[in-house]
Amino acid sequence: MNTATIAHDGHGHGDHHPSGIMRWLTTTNHKDIGTMYMTFSLLMFFLGGLMILLVRAELFQPGLQFLKPEFFNQLIGNHALIMIFGALMPAATGFANWQIPLMIGAPDMALPRLNNWGFWLLPPAATLLTLPFILEFFGVGDGALATGWTFYAPLSIQGGIGVDFAIFAVHILGISSIMGSINIIVTIFNMRAPGMTMMKLPLFVWGWLITAFLLVITLPVLAGAVTMLLMDRHFDTHFFIAAGGGDPILFQHLFWFFGHPEVYILLLPVWGLIPHVLSTFTRKPTYGYKAQVYSFIAIGVLSLVVWAHHFFTAGMPVPALLYFMYSTMSISLPLAVLFFCWVATMWRGAMTFETPMLFALGFIVLFGIAGLTGLVLADVAADAQYHHSYFVVAHFHYALFTGGIMGVMTGVYYWLPKWTGHMYSEKLGKLHFWLTVISFNLTFMPQFFLGLAGMPRRIPDYALQFAEFNAISTVGAFILGFSQLIFAWNIWKCIKGGEKAHAKVWEGAEGLEWELPSPPPHHSWEVQPKVA
Amino acid sequence: MSDAPQPTPQQPQRGHRRLVLQLLGLTAGSAAFGFALVPLYDTLCRQFGINGKSSVNAGEEKDATPGKVDLDRSVTVQFMSTLMPGLPWEIRPLETSVSVHPGELRTTRFLVRNASGEAVTGQAVPSISPGQAAAHLKKIECFCFRQQALGPGESKELPLTFFIDSDIDPNIRELTLAYAFFPAPANPKGGPQ
Repeated sequence: MNTATIAHDGHGHGDHHPSGIMRWLTTTNHKDIGTMYMTFSLLMFFLGGLMILLVRAELFQPGLQFLKPEFFNQLIGNHALIMIFGALMPAATGFANWQIPLMIGAPDMALPRLNNWGFWLLPPAATLLTLPFILEFFGVGDGALATGWTFYAPLSIQGGIGVDFAIFAVHILGISSIMGSINIIVTIFNMRAPGMTMMKLPLFVWGWLITAFLLVITLPVLAGAVTMLLMDRHFDTHFFIAAGGGDPILFQHLFWFFGHPEVYILLLPVWGLIPHVLSTFTRKPTYGYKAQVYSFIAIGVLSLVVWAHHFFTAGMPVPALLYFMYSTMSISLPLAVLFFCWVATMWRGAMTFETPMLFALGFIVLFGIAGLTGLVLADVAADAQYHHSYFVVAHFHYALFTGGIMGVMTGVYYWLPKWTGHMYSEKLGKLHFWLTVISFNLTFMPQFFLGLAGMPRRIPDYALQFAEFNAISTVGAFILGFSQLIFAWNIWKCIKGGEKAHAKVWEGAEGLEWELPSPPPHHSWEVQPKVA
Repeated sequence: MSDAPQPTPQQPQRGHRRLVLQLLGLTAGSAAFGFALVPLYDTLCRQFGINGKSSVNAGEEKDATPGKVDLDRSVTVQFMSTLMPGLPWEIRPLETSVSVHPGELRTTRFLVRNASGEAVTGQAVPSISPGQAAAHLKKIECFCFRQQALGPGESKELPLTFFIDSDIDPNIRELTLAYAFFPAPANPKGGPQ
């Protein structure tokens, strides 16, 4: 994707930027930075995928075949951290960089140098996270973080150097995300084109605005929690050590105070972009704009007060259980409003099924399954049975793979022609969609049944009665993983060339970004548009 | 910022500075909130007896007075002990359960023995279930108030003096006082109660 914007330098004034690697190291252009975020995200997506394919290979049959349990433990936690912090969050920030200035009629992001710094913190953080794998290979330390991505104390207090590396990686990733969020909020508040009021903002921008606020509010709490963990590990404090007067359950509260909003941080930008795609390919205006904006806000606020449903079984008084159960379930109300608006937008529309539309439709159906199984887990009585089982694994992959990753793919196919100036291959796109959707369900649908049957998550071995479903799941995972190569190949081909894209790539598209040529000039909106 | 465009006149950079400072303030506030949750959590747990934590700290609890003995009711108190990894001790309560009237002062003992050939210091951490009862079990004297040092092979009877206060919910007829024995941390921030 790196060459996406190289071809169209030389517009307007002030284009004296260095070429080669220095261009990317020093760039303050929102499109260049957006491209770097997306490229980084794609690389991390494959790295995280590779890790979990090793895990699935081990789980193909009962017994231990390929991996030592210690290495298995390292892979699952790092898979999660890399997919969340390395793939999904940077992809969302990449979209924000590319699209927000184009969509609100701003010449660039508000704080371009901060923007550059925010991106260049990511590669060191990813290196810190994965370095212990390599160090162990050379006999230094005992491998990467092996506690699962949640760092639960007291296990994480006992862990090896991998925990320290992961703590510092989280610090750096947190700083990067907070800087990115501040930049996005300032851009949205201060850089809108004349006439673009808050209630005229594109929904994608609204979704990101809520995400940015959630990041600013919750990431410092995570940073604080891992800092306390670091101090417990090395500086004789006892935040989480029971013998010294601390409390390990406190860590779970601190972690999930961040961790639950994090789910919505990953999903809100996607919920924002889906209505644009639906409206474009049904050739109808978005249904219920205001209802969707208020739902975003409601979900953002509610997400901050429901965290303890992640550890119902840790021991809680009954009133607390009831509070967290009902507040969690109440999130399904604004979410149902969103689903209603999505479906209502399509109602009696003149629909066509280009790749972005297929992904959006797949998103709606599969993400619906995530929502419904989430209600089951929110039920305190049922959760006691399903907690820490494969039911949970299946549930959050329906939420984060279809809701997050497939949402990102929707956006990539939708805006890629705008970014590169070329159409991607519709044939490859559709092939990618169908392979992804079928193999995704093949991978994760059996995991619901495994969970219902009682298979615990995070264990490298399992009882014989789980063998068939695990074998199916592993086959699905490998098809799913290798199908993504089609995605990468399609993107690469689209960057390199192909049919020229019009300014308004899609016949039914609405919004400021489609008024600029494809690809947009290096400096877009030097004269801000007026919004009626 | 060489290739960043100049801000347009209607959006001066000054507006950015103010908003950025406000957002940094929000970030700092969130970080402070995260650390404030530590004492807040502790206080809430003790106040409401969540997680079986006692309601007051050692100093206050030592001065608690039993008040009037309620002979009409009795509560069974069960004792448990768990050895955490890394502590080479043997421990057991000398009485596994006792029946007391609310307000009645009672002393029981736990037997501990250092099974290793070295001096070892341990720390007992109590937990009471059901959680609602935690606020009503008052320990006047407890080996958990301080670290316990045992010489090589030494054994000791550790005393615990407590009462159940008469405000306890009459529906609670049985409660469990469980001690987890940890290797003492090098640098305690004040023993748990």
